[in-house]
Amino acid sequence: MTETVQSAEGKAAEGGERDGRRETLRRIVQGDLASLRVVIGLALIWAIFQFENDRFLSAENLTNLMLQITAVGLISVGIVFVLLLGEIDLSVGAVSGLAAAVMAVLNVQHAWSPYLAIAAAVVVGLAIGVLQGFLFSHFGVPSFVVTLAGLLAWQGALLQVLGSTGSINLTDPKITGLANTFYSDAVGWVFAAIAIAGYGAVLAIGYKRRRDAGLDAQSPTGLIVRFVAVAVVVIVAIVVLNSDRGLPLALLILMGFVVGMEYVVKMTRFGRHVFAVGGNAEAARRAGISVNGIRVAVFGIAGTMAAIGGILAASRLLAVNQNSGGNELLLLAIAGPVIAGTSLFGGRGSVWTALLGALVIGSISNGMDLLALSSAVKFMVTGGVLLLAVLVDAVARNQRQASGRV
Amino acid sequence: MASDAPLLELEKVSKKFGPVQALDRVDFAVRAGEVVALVGDNGAGKSTLVKAIAGIHEADEGKIRFEGNEVKIGKPQDAVELGIATVYQDLALCDNLDVVANLFLGREEISPGPGQLSRQLDEADMEHQTSDLLSNLAVTIPSLRSEVGTLSGGQRQQVAVARSLLGEPKVVLLDEPTAALGVAQTAQVLSLIRRLRERDLGVVVISHNLADVFEVADRIFVLRLGRAGGEFDAQQTTEEHVVGAITGASSEGKADRADEAEIEAEREER
Repeated sequence: MTETVQSAEGKAAEGGERDGRRETLRRIVQGDLASLRVVIGLALIWAIFQFENDRFLSAENLTNLMLQITAVGLISVGIVFVLLLGEIDLSVGAVSGLAAAVMAVLNVQHAWSPYLAIAAAVVVGLAIGVLQGFLFSHFGVPSFVVTLAGLLAWQGALLQVLGSTGSINLTDPKITGLANTFYSDAVGWVFAAIAIAGYGAVLAIGYKRRRDAGLDAQSPTGLIVRFVAVAVVVIVAIVVLNSDRGLPLALLILMGFVVGMEYVVKMTRFGRHVFAVGGNAEAARRAGISVNGIRVAVFGIAGTMAAIGGILAASRLLAVNQNSGGNELLLLAIAGPVIAGTSLFGGRGSVWTALLGALVIGSISNGMDLLALSSAVKFMVTGGVLLLAVLVDAVARNQRQASGRV
Repeated sequence: MASDAPLLELEKVSKKFGPVQALDRVDFAVRAGEVVALVGDNGAGKSTLVKAIAGIHEADEGKIRFEGNEVKIGKPQDAVELGIATVYQDLALCDNLDVVANLFLGREEISPGPGQLSRQLDEADMEHQTSDLLSNLAVTIPSLRSEVGTLSGGQRQQVAVARSLLGEPKVVLLDEPTAALGVAQTAQVLSLIRRLRERDLGVVVISHNLADVFEVADRIFVLRLGRAGGEFDAQQTTEEHVVGAITGASSEGKADRADEAEIEAEREER
């Protein structure tokens, strides 16, 4: 204890630039700048695979990569909310399969309109999430157990819904189009312009608000650097996508949910309350926040996003079968945000980690496919990456506690 | 400084937990612009008294008057609505949120305009108010955007006190505000308590630390075994008298009292 105090004082005594640099390094290691850590890791992964196989960074393969990560990424968006509470939802894989099956059965066997079938699937996901959230919050059953039971039960429900055939092929162009539509170059550029202009407007409005309120505004240079960085990423992405099949609708859906949910998490009262419950549920309760309400809503979001991910996965596969939502989908959906810096212990993270994590895991899987590595190797490598990420999370947490930052 | 009519007044308040008489016909009052220290041994009923005022445990018997009117405080919300704020010992802060977010937790300001639909937070406004409030209270915190978990114990205590002021209360109850703080941090918190008094608030401080009590309190109210054990003007009494009242040794020999004082001193050290 005394040692920590002394070292803290020692740190404070150090002056100037060196301190600033050390602070930045500390923040990268301890997780405040976890996303930077992940971007560096991603660049490394891409460099290695590109070195081993020069088709990895081709426009075609990168477009494939984007299509491969949409379903997992969408499910991970919901998982981020659950992780922010410090809880876990093990049922999202099974829920995604069940929702997709509901959509397929209604559309193919009962001739429902594709829109209604999709809406029904989303409602199923929402209802399951709300039910699990209710059981968890009102009866105090650990979320791990509730959703583990869900994992089994909804997998059974999937088999039940699919019936004796065990597989349903999707033919409705509205549904298959979700994962198989590509926009023309011009449309791609329009979306790029909207994204860049929108980001610029958000930064500018934020800057102006702070200045009008008489607060120290962030330095305009920093904002310009961020704006340029985002603009470059968007432009490069569109150039790459346009040189292959074009901007995929699936990627647009994923980005829409990531940006929208990041807004909810970081800028709305609901998101603030999610962080508060994840950080200190008792403090949140005393502050008048309906802790159980937040919990039910969060599990509802997880179920909804699982259903949406399942719909996209089915659309890409052009079918729903007994394996839908199975295999390693669940684990990858949870591993992604954790790898990218959302804490398993609650209260820390962002929706961007759903996208970044899916990119990391997707890149590893895609790259190993290109190198024609066996499933055995793929599983072991993916497991190793997940373990590494969780270790980094745990170490960061321990260091925060050691330096009095709980 | 303190006005004469009590802001908050308890008359013959009693509370029983099963067979245990936690409070026995206690009369207690606090005026605007006055710091009253509530002292007593463990189990003397300090916490029960504060909880009765804060609405956590409703009193079984007795009257509570607020600004001269008889009121019923049956749940925490009642106390808050009257203008009674409570800062508990464990502070109830979210360590993963920054100072602004903690201050406004549960009563966030919402942006005007289209952001209202999604309950978008008005961060600029909240930060502005936080900065005004903290500078008014002369509380210095390195950055309003630093996570509360990174702050020192004294700073956390000050954030918790500042948060209680956002609802513009008239009475503030502080439970052991200087427990587990170092010397410098204790001084910060005590001077914050003095500024609450300058704001004309009625302040009730529970404390085990008589040195702190004598430094900040105008009046010292002693509870002993659930009963009022004596009331002292902090300017005109000595630590010995108060310790005597706490231990019930006031009418006994001097030697006993010294023993008790030693025990009390030991407890303080812990």
